[in-house]
Amino acid sequence: MSSALKPADLITVTIDGREIAVPKGTNMIEAAQVLGIEIPHFCYHSKLSVVGNCRMCLVEMGLPALDPATKQPVMDPATGKPKINWVAKPTIACFTNASPGLHIRTGTPLVRECREGVMEFLLVNHPLDCPICDQAGECKLQEQATGYGRGYSRYIEQKNVKPKRTLLGPRVMLDDERCILCSRCIRFSKEIARDDVLGFIDRGSHSTLACYPGRKLENNYSVNTVDICPVGALTSTDFRFKMRVWFLKTTPSICPESSVGVNTEVWSREGVVYRITPRRNDEVNDTWMADSGRLLYKQVTADHRLREPSVDGTTVAGAEALAQAGALLKAGGVAIVGSGRSSVEEQFLTRKLADAIAAPAWLVSRVGQGDGLLISADRNPNVRGALVTGLIKTVPEAELTELAAQIAAGKIKTVVSIGEDLTAAGLGEAQLNRIAIVYLGTHANATSAGAKVVLPTLTVFEKAGTFINQQFRLQRFAPAVPGPQGAADDLVILAGLVEAAGGGALASDIDGLWTTLASEIKPLATVTYQNLPATGLLLDASDFSDLPFPEDETLHFNPKQ
Amino acid sequence: MPHPAERRLIFEHVDEPGYTTDLPCYLAHGGYEALKKSVARKPEELIDEVKKSGLRGRGGAGFSCGVKWTLVDRKSGKPIYLIVNADESEPGTFKDRYIIHQDPHQLVEGIMITCWANQVRQAYIYIRGEFPRGARLLEHAIAEARAGNFVGPNILGTGYSCEIYVHRGAGAYICGEETGLIESLEGKRPYPRIKPPFFPAVLGLYQCPTIVNNVETLCHVKHIAAMGGEAFARIGTLNNTGTRLLCVSGHVQRPGTYEFESGKITLGRLLNEICGGPRPGRQFKAVIPGGSSSKILRFGERFKVKQRDGTMVDWGVEDIPMDFDSLAACGTMGGSGGVIVMDDSVDIVAALANLNAFYAHESCGQCTPCREGSLWMKKITARMVRGEARPEDGALLKSVADQIAGRTICPFGEACAWPTQSFVQKFGDEFRNYASRPNPGPAATELA
Repeated sequence: MSSALKPADLITVTIDGREIAVPKGTNMIEAAQVLGIEIPHFCYHSKLSVVGNCRMCLVEMGLPALDPATKQPVMDPATGKPKINWVAKPTIACFTNASPGLHIRTGTPLVRECREGVMEFLLVNHPLDCPICDQAGECKLQEQATGYGRGYSRYIEQKNVKPKRTLLGPRVMLDDERCILCSRCIRFSKEIARDDVLGFIDRGSHSTLACYPGRKLENNYSVNTVDICPVGALTSTDFRFKMRVWFLKTTPSICPESSVGVNTEVWSREGVVYRITPRRNDEVNDTWMADSGRLLYKQVTADHRLREPSVDGTTVAGAEALAQAGALLKAGGVAIVGSGRSSVEEQFLTRKLADAIAAPAWLVSRVGQGDGLLISADRNPNVRGALVTGLIKTVPEAELTELAAQIAAGKIKTVVSIGEDLTAAGLGEAQLNRIAIVYLGTHANATSAGAKVVLPTLTVFEKAGTFINQQFRLQRFAPAVPGPQGAADDLVILAGLVEAAGGGALASDIDGLWTTLASEIKPLATVTYQNLPATGLLLDASDFSDLPFPEDETLHFNPKQ
Repeated sequence: MPHPAERRLIFEHVDEPGYTTDLPCYLAHGGYEALKKSVARKPEELIDEVKKSGLRGRGGAGFSCGVKWTLVDRKSGKPIYLIVNADESEPGTFKDRYIIHQDPHQLVEGIMITCWANQVRQAYIYIRGEFPRGARLLEHAIAEARAGNFVGPNILGTGYSCEIYVHRGAGAYICGEETGLIESLEGKRPYPRIKPPFFPAVLGLYQCPTIVNNVETLCHVKHIAAMGGEAFARIGTLNNTGTRLLCVSGHVQRPGTYEFESGKITLGRLLNEICGGPRPGRQFKAVIPGGSSSKILRFGERFKVKQRDGTMVDWGVEDIPMDFDSLAACGTMGGSGGVIVMDDSVDIVAALANLNAFYAHESCGQCTPCREGSLWMKKITARMVRGEARPEDGALLKSVADQIAGRTICPFGEACAWPTQSFVQKFGDEFRNYASRPNPGPAATELA
């Protein structure tokens, strides 16, 4: 959490004649960005150590001239400002940090010439195979060659020949000829993934990227190297050759893999998702995400996707399935198994349903091993949503022991399961044989197979909503693609069930629902879905501070703080 | 026999019949007396002596040794390391190897005096991989010195302890660059570090304050300790004190390593008198005065140089005194003392092709301009020599070199750009007319 900076913490630097106050030590690439001045770069990455090897960010640097006797700045009588001693050689902006009176110039003939030189050097041994390169359209080399290169080549020699298809690991392919040796992937593996497997072998222009002998780039963060590769050297084995990036539209989303709530972008075209990449959020995931989260889009088209509503295994119209479910709810003896994978809005409606028919409600926990980085121990993305909306009062357990007991006692006749497999949650045949199941979910499982009523719903990629992550940060996701024809938005089904159960008419659209949420749920009082900041909103979590949450420390989360 | 014009301090016993590398021989010639004298003095006094001596580093840059020692961070509480740069890799340079091969105890004594002066407890000799015999000789000398209580625990009963370790490099030119060397010594790829902030004096080996000195420099420290800084400063010329080892190779009658008072001998006298002039029937064409990275001088060039007292002099190549300042005033440098002589049989483009092949092979590959530029220059000159020269290639070469110099992490950028820049600048006509030259020499076919 960045606390507000006091003016005393700020120092003034001058970039291209414009002054800006930045925190001491701010890197000049970042400082220039604040002023809207782009300093081109390849190797620099704000979340990795600085190595200064690409030399694209060369700028002119100067410092105020100091009087040797008084150590005071020498004033220029013409301007009334301190006289600046400009350094003769160009300096890399990435390794130049803000210090009092620092001046840089980014638009001089020398700087322009430096950039042209570096661009030319980077291209002499580059294959220039943009027409068949996956990076085309999102390639820093392409962009900066256009922006800062000369536009023609003076190179008539043979280009270097290097390996074209090296599989560094199961998800990352290397084309060594395209590599500009920026070392971002090496630094990422070592510094962020803490899996030091990559390095350069050989020397000079013949340097090639390689895994250490006997090792592979196979950690669960390996595809981040593809994201940060400024060129087409590293490509994702899952995405390469599938689609031109300029055909894809991006939709902001949240990774449902765990309670970290990694911010993502979903890339889709004509209703098909092609890839998921991390979306920068410096309070949550920086610019990273796990490989496992990237592959979750495959569930959209998985074979076991539920595509049609059914009653007793027979496909029916949605309205009829809803009516059948309503009849079961009205008959009484209902229990609800909600979901930590549902959105805040869905959990709110689930609670409304429970209230309407006075049904007890549980959640099923999903706890695994956290990786200390971007996968937390809680694999449900939204247990805190269920707490905030009042669906549950304490952290869930893995087994529905209490529900099992109530079924055994004959108190429960119908169980509404929101996507949860009751057998996996500890209900055996003895219990399941005594109840009717209303199943709302996206994919088939043992519970949906034995359900009386099945109501297909949407995946996170197909609907709008919010999750509350482990930090109690409310984060929004938007629909990227439409769902299957026979599936309906969870909100519509839940609102329909509430109405069928006699709970009255509730809004089933996201904005309408948020009016109710804001008025009924205290921590959400001032929130609207549309005004939620892109990086999320921290909620007041004081009501839940004593609960035994399972998460350990991850990238930007420490349970002890 | 040394030439009468020579003044031998470091090379006093080099090539002397009967002089061996053993400790008894060294002791019989007054060895380790300077160390005994030094450990009886306060360390600061020795630093003062070195400052007074005006000693400038002999590795190439000619930076003041006293200032280098003064810049060491002594307040950090971290150990201070001494690294002896014995990676002598600059083409044309073969002086440190002579010292190590013929008088290793002189170096060990210089190291120990430097360690005492800077209160260093661990010194590393980083010796290039191609010097296996040198490494063995040093190991042996250190073992002897240890047995003689000149190295190791409680040196000469002072209570002061210091160890010297020999570390063999793997044969990369870039390991001679001090921060590349430090990375290599730490077990990493020798990618030079960015300065600032990684000045060895503050953040050197294992991020501790570190002194990196050349072999010859440290031998001079021994003589400074023996004779005193002021006496040393009277040798040589103002600001270029002491003696200088010069390694002459190439087209002279008597190539070899010689020791002179700095600035007391001119390039012309060195080549014509000491080295016996050009081979019969040949004339000097060019000379690289300070190792392959220094800019080439073309015989016939004139230099207008302003002297310290303000007077202007007009020098030909033969008139240049062999010291840091005079050579710098003529647009080149004293560098590592490697004097490479070329006579009129040399195909200048082929000579540059040879140098470019070296630099392309040795570029570490860390930063773009040097990595790509050095190989590009190699490819251009190789193509020219192969018989596919174009009139514009000289200008292209110069332009590529201009895009490297001053824009890299370490001085290798300059080292690989300066030969090309100066060759093309001074022999532009040969580059322009290379395709139509009358007599393609044997060098051409050899390189192609």
